[in-house]
Amino acid sequence: MQSHDSTAAGPPRRRFVEAILGGGLLASLASFFYPVLRYLIPPRVVDLGVDEVVAAKVGELRANGSKIFRFGSHPALLVMTTEGEYRALSAVCTHLSCTVQYRSDLHEIWCACHNGLYDLNGRNISGPPPRPLQAFHVHVRGDEIVVSRIREA
Amino acid sequence: MSLLASARDWLDERFHWAELIAPLKKKTVPVHKLSPWYFLGGITLFLFMIQVCTGILLLLYYRPGANESFESVQYIMTRVQFGWLVRSIHSYAANLMILTAFAHMFSVVFLRAYRKPRELTWVSGMLLLFLAMGFGFSGYLLPWNTLAFFATKVGTEISGQVPLIGHGIMVFLRGGEDVTGATVTRFFGFHVAVLPGITTLLILVHLALVQYFGMSVPPGVEARWKASPGEARQMKFFPNFFLRELMAWYIALGVLGALAAIRPWDLGTKADPFSAAPAGIRPEWYFMFMFQTLKEIPAKVWFLDGEVVGILTFGAAGALWLLLPFFDPLARGRGRRFIMGAAIFALSYMIAMTTYGYLAK
Repeated sequence: MQSHDSTAAGPPRRRFVEAILGGGLLASLASFFYPVLRYLIPPRVVDLGVDEVVAAKVGELRANGSKIFRFGSHPALLVMTTEGEYRALSAVCTHLSCTVQYRSDLHEIWCACHNGLYDLNGRNISGPPPRPLQAFHVHVRGDEIVVSRIREA
Repeated sequence: MSLLASARDWLDERFHWAELIAPLKKKTVPVHKLSPWYFLGGITLFLFMIQVCTGILLLLYYRPGANESFESVQYIMTRVQFGWLVRSIHSYAANLMILTAFAHMFSVVFLRAYRKPRELTWVSGMLLLFLAMGFGFSGYLLPWNTLAFFATKVGTEISGQVPLIGHGIMVFLRGGEDVTGATVTRFFGFHVAVLPGITTLLILVHLALVQYFGMSVPPGVEARWKASPGEARQMKFFPNFFLRELMAWYIALGVLGALAAIRPWDLGTKADPFSAAPAGIRPEWYFMFMFQTLKEIPAKVWFLDGEVVGILTFGAAGALWLLLPFFDPLARGRGRRFIMGAAIFALSYMIAMTTYGYLAK
């Protein structure tokens, strides 16, 4: 008769049982935590994928004035220059995503969060912004000012 | 037999009460000219308890969410009786708690109380300070006002700059790609459930360690006491030091009440995600030195983005700071002076950058 602690059969068998037990335990733990981890990641919000919006009515803006409007799920900026020309740009600062504003005293676009400056073409000219603001296409249709994404050719 | 004595006997019969509280009875506090610094940890603890109490009171009326947060805090401030007082005390105590925690930390550095065997006491304290800053960051957004909205936007965006894992962290914190009502719900969860749970546990660990090792005596005083043991003075913790601590708590409560009554905490205007960030956007003052530094770093440092350099530098400095007691034994003489120099530099840098942040446009 073989004793329980026989070195011939016991330890390998015990190791096997331990591995099964340990593996099962780990697998069950993983099955508990996996849903929790997935739960923590928020569901993806469908980007409305807007290509064109009516930013304002003609006559709403005065020369050297501006307006922030909604472009899809992000804010955008419509500026009427002193020459009466319209410019539309993303209002999301390329530095840390604050919302920029038009400074009529500087004729430039300014981010209040970290003092970033852009010119009216959206070029980052001073302060921390690393990239230019995304520019949009503006055209007037009837009495509406329509802003659309610039299509890459 | 008085009621108190019989209750004590009842407990003693069942739990050996006398044995349980024996260590507390033996606890002493060293008495020397730097002893007042021992009060800071206790005051921080008291302010935390105030936070728990006023936080629970605020929970009775606060509702998280983009359409309700601001309105519910406004309701607390204007309609609920003494709501202004409770919320103002919560805000002031939060700020004071961070202040006393920082002061506590620097006093520990300058008195070198972190040295062996108290390394883990230091580490637990530093983790508590980080948690307190997490409390501040998450609580700042809860009223959903303009200032908080943009500060949170910037703060979470900064975490998004960390290479590789940054974007994941940012989405996790925001509950999406942008700061929205979902962010408020998340921050609310962190602020009232996750952080309090972890913090309470860690405070218990911190206090147990302090209790276990006893109070540290500054090296200079320790050397003098060793040379002439007759000079060593101790004070009993119960009741002598404890009663003094209670007086400090009472004063802190008076200061809080006075601040809240003289200048109730501002609510500001409701956040509008589709409006320009107003001038004067700033985080809470204890993040100011980091905020201002990021403002000063140019867009590109060599080939790296400026803010990435900033975040990594602050991250590395924080990690080194956390491990400070482990470097201390390696340094002797000049090395130790270097550590002190670094601590003085850190403190002056923080004060200078914070002041600059408030003065600069």
